Amino acid sequence: MSWTFLRDLLTGVNKYSTGIGRIWLAVVFIFRLLVYVVAAEHVWKDEQKEFECNVNQPGCENVCFDHFFPISQVRLWALQLIMVSTPSLLVVLHVAYHEGREKRHRKRLYVSPGMMDGGLWYTYFISLIVKTGFEIGFLVLFYKLYDGFSVPYLMKCDLKPCPNTVDCFISKPTEKTIFILFLVIISCLCIVLNFIELSFLVLKCLIKCCVQKYSKSLQSSACERHNLIC
Amino acid sequence: MDWGTLHTFIGGVNKHSTSIGKVWITVIFIFRVMILVVAAQEVWGDEQEDFVCNTLQPGCKNVCYDHFFPVSHIRLWALQLIFVSTPALLVAMHVAYYRQEAARKFRRGEKRNEFKDLEDIKKQKVRIEGSLWWTYTSSIFFRIIFEASFMYVFYFLYNGYHLPWVLKCGIDPCPNLVDCFISRPTEKTVFTIFMISASVICMLLNVAELCYLLLKVCFRRSKRTQTQRNHPNHALKESKQNEMNELISDSGQNAITGFPN
Repeated sequence: MSWTFLRDLLTGVNKYSTGIGRIWLAVVFIFRLLVYVVAAEHVWKDEQKEFECNVNQPGCENVCFDHFFPISQVRLWALQLIMVSTPSLLVVLHVAYHEGREKRHRKRLYVSPGMMDGGLWYTYFISLIVKTGFEIGFLVLFYKLYDGFSVPYLMKCDLKPCPNTVDCFISKPTEKTIFILFLVIISCLCIVLNFIELSFLVLKCLIKCCVQKYSKSLQSSACERHNLIC
Repeated sequence: MDWGTLHTFIGGVNKHSTSIGKVWITVIFIFRVMILVVAAQEVWGDEQEDFVCNTLQPGCKNVCYDHFFPVSHIRLWALQLIFVSTPALLVAMHVAYYRQEAARKFRRGEKRNEFKDLEDIKKQKVRIEGSLWWTYTSSIFFRIIFEASFMYVFYFLYNGYHLPWVLKCGIDPCPNLVDCFISRPTEKTVFTIFMISASVICMLLNVAELCYLLLKVCFRRSKRTQTQRNHPNHALKESKQNEMNELISDSGQNAITGFPN
């Protein structure tokens, strides 16, 4: 079980996504998942080993590290990736459920896999809202936990058993800041893509409803005229 | 999820690339991604562990390492490779969109003489002309920009492409100017020069591909104007015949049978 599992699951979502949904998937795969696996993971690899406090008191470093990093940024990044990708699975489950029904009733319920109608539209819409909610939620959590998106090179710590206020030095703070900023920018891009997709879906639905109403009213007025003539 | 996935994404673009584009993809994956994964990562693996400063002051090593290596070489190369490969996805998306449109028209019964079935649409190679030519050319242009930018950032961050064996550091909390020693500086310099050379080769390939595409378009346009020039009488006769046909149809509408010479 690794990231390949998530990648394979998400590849299945591609078929039932809109164009913007596919761009979102490409952004998630390449700029978040791939960057995480090939680069970001390694930056945080030795974070506790290289976390050094200016004191010999045993236990002080452990306590200070735990206080400043309740959950490592890179683990939060991984959790965010998983939570943000999961709502897309609702769409896959919906389609799988319908395909099961099609097999049982032995008739086609969907015109074509690319068309979104009825229940699938609602599922897709809900999945978009949940995705956006998770993205914004994780960004806010990140900001609140670490007081911003930058990693300082020095932190002052005076928790027991540290004898007084000691200086603690974090390893690779600049590199970590660069990757966190990269993560934030790509998250914001994904949020913008989700909003655009949401507006596109709602507009398309409204236009379809208006056209249907207009054509119905035309039909009914044509029928009335026909009846009058007859 | 690793470089293999990127290879799958980009490999799909290979079918629709020019020959220079195919060479570029090969150079990227063999001389850059593979070297990065099998060799460079091992060389830089212990970079902070074996970065040693001539002081016992806690925190001095961390601060000096962070000052001299704001972003590790390895991470910068990984990001460079990702950014340089991404424009090829524009081409992949354009081809996918073209195929979707062709499939939609086929289902409606419009392009039945061009393709045998839906599978045929997927297998057929898409020619680089029209809007795809613009997408392809812009992707090459972005590739060149990304390569050049990363090479410049590299040069700017590390003051050149050579790693010294000792660095002097006097940042707080270091008590005074201390000597800091980088692990394996020569091996790192060798790999840095190798990766930079591979980047330069890739950039030259992209420039050559761009020139090739531009020349192809100019050549095609000049061929078209030449055929028009070679058969001017034929063209003139055609236009005169069209005029006469219009006059015939006009006069026909007004029920007059003669037409002017």
